[in-house]
Amino acid sequence: MNVDDLAELARGYREADAVASHEVRVCMAASCQSSGAQPLLDALVAAQGTAGSCRIKGVGCMGLCSGGPLVAVAVPGADLADSVLYRDVQPSDATEILASVGNAPLQRLRCPTDQPFFARQHRVVLENSGLIDPESLHAYVAAGGYAALVHALTEMTPGKVVQELISSGLRGRGGGGYPTGLKWSTVAKMAATQKYVVCNADEGDPGAFMDRAVLESDPHRVLEGMAIAAYAVGASKAYVYVRAEYPLAVERLTTAIRKAKRAGFLGDKVAETQFSFEVEIRLGAGAFVCGEETALMASIEGQRGQPRPRPPYPAEHGLWGQPTLINNVETFANVAPIVRNGGAWFAAIGTPKSKGTKVFALAGKIVNTGLIEVPMGTSLRDIIEVIGGGIPGGKAVKAVQTGGPSGGCVPAQHLDVPVDYDSLKTLGTIMGSGGMIVMDEDSDMVDVARYFMEFCMTESCGKCVPCRAGTQQMHGLLDRIAQDQGTPADLALLEELCGVVQATSLCGLGQTAPNPVLSTLRFFRAEYERKLRPGY
Amino acid sequence: MALQTARPAMPSEDKRWKLVSGTMRRNGYAGHALIETLHSVQSAFGYLDEGSLRFVAASLDLPLSKVYGVATFYHLFMLKPKGRHTCVVCAGTACYIKGAAGLVKAVEQRFGAAPGGTTPDDRLSLLTARCVGACGLAPAVVLDGNVLGKQAADELLSRIEELT
Repeated sequence: MNVDDLAELARGYREADAVASHEVRVCMAASCQSSGAQPLLDALVAAQGTAGSCRIKGVGCMGLCSGGPLVAVAVPGADLADSVLYRDVQPSDATEILASVGNAPLQRLRCPTDQPFFARQHRVVLENSGLIDPESLHAYVAAGGYAALVHALTEMTPGKVVQELISSGLRGRGGGGYPTGLKWSTVAKMAATQKYVVCNADEGDPGAFMDRAVLESDPHRVLEGMAIAAYAVGASKAYVYVRAEYPLAVERLTTAIRKAKRAGFLGDKVAETQFSFEVEIRLGAGAFVCGEETALMASIEGQRGQPRPRPPYPAEHGLWGQPTLINNVETFANVAPIVRNGGAWFAAIGTPKSKGTKVFALAGKIVNTGLIEVPMGTSLRDIIEVIGGGIPGGKAVKAVQTGGPSGGCVPAQHLDVPVDYDSLKTLGTIMGSGGMIVMDEDSDMVDVARYFMEFCMTESCGKCVPCRAGTQQMHGLLDRIAQDQGTPADLALLEELCGVVQATSLCGLGQTAPNPVLSTLRFFRAEYERKLRPGY
Repeated sequence: MALQTARPAMPSEDKRWKLVSGTMRRNGYAGHALIETLHSVQSAFGYLDEGSLRFVAASLDLPLSKVYGVATFYHLFMLKPKGRHTCVVCAGTACYIKGAAGLVKAVEQRFGAAPGGTTPDDRLSLLTARCVGACGLAPAVVLDGNVLGKQAADELLSRIEELT
């Protein structure tokens, strides 16, 4: 199969879809399903009967989770901006929605798509999300899917693919921000008969659901990225390590692997070339530390998820001692568009040091909770106040938490910071995987620090002492301060311990566990001091 | 030639053991399939008891200590049976900000099950989750596998009351 054959196939699929004059797309991602998307889809199908001319289909995440269940009416192939979007739709609205197709939109449920939440987004990773049926391989191919893989396999050398990634400037989307092209070239250079590719889908940060949405909305996109990566680094076997807490993502990924294999995009002799590639899913079992790459590999090998010192890095000594490429879901989802459009295209988006777009999960005290994708360098104020619609109830933003338990809080006075890897670091927090939790004036920052420390304490794997004992002690001190029983000596000890745990822990979990404390101390120290026991 | 040890007999006539054996067979009885195998025991039986851990250890030719170590390391594996119903309150950051602690307290007070525990009549297990990824619907609760979003304490209590 070459690029032209695939284009022909895609054209055929698109023509078949265009038979229906309109599509009614129902968001079937986890969040909308929890709000009743399935009964709604059933009601629409029943209301249409056999007579209707619309195509009713389930699609992936449209982003505005707080408005779920969401329904979009559009002509085939139109994107979200050109469709009529309805929010908070109930099964009882089915007949009215179908009657409105091709006529005047139903104003009662209408959700404008020209509002900043949609208009300010730049969708690269999520370009198919909310438009195509995630369970259909045809839909993915019709949208241009697997063209990048076939192009890479038939017209590019592995070295050229790596070069394209390097010139794109893509950095790891799991939070670390390590240059992806550099990682690929390290693995590609290793001499070994067996290399592995691993997709880290163990999205453990509480408050983050980007990877979940990508896997649920466009699973083939991730598989295509992994296959291109395997070709570039010379691997033939891959694992997707995904949280067991995401059953729908696991189900859709399983379906995608099965269909891609049957169509010849995975398995032996992919697209009739000499390249062979197998993908297997491995389920996590509820351990935050398994997001750390060496712990993740231990877990794939059936061990307790305990990290080991690095170096050697997985690129040299990974799964079963073999060179292993580990990237996050969103990183892999960026690969196909980079190969398709070229590294220079990608590098033109974003800021000089943080290129491309980033998907963020907006949650907490914010009007538009959901998933957004914006160019790197967009200011936090734009994200929260314009795209996110601000804080409900007319309250003021107090802080925005990024990076989960490894990150910190950006206080209101720094909201104009551009969101990129380096700017966030200077404020004492990290980009992380993309969770953003907005807190209003009601949030108690000492309690926030205690919450995250409790998280790290229970998630510490117990292998190294600084993390195992340090998180316990820091939690005890925070608990005392939060209950107005702390002394200035407790606060001093807490700060000292933060430094020790940061400097001496074995892995990222321990090294970053003090961040929420340090960050709240930096910007909200007065709150800690107010809580110290009277008399001191 | 490696010495082929005999596979242990299934612990009972229960047909569910065939599912467990199937998982191990698909993975060639390799030791690295331990977590997959424990998942399949838990999905078949609801929890991991001592007998099942011994069976898995013998089948995969792993020390029991290792199997026990893995089973206790991961939060998802339960070593005790759950009640007839399970209420998992998400304790992720978004849910925490929106009052998940209040939900846990309300369920605990009304039904007398501490987080991680089960009511004496085996009716309800109360658990907390690290994050179920339904942050847009915070605070979220997973009641018998169904995700319920934007829960208030009284609403959640009456939903649980409806379960028998």
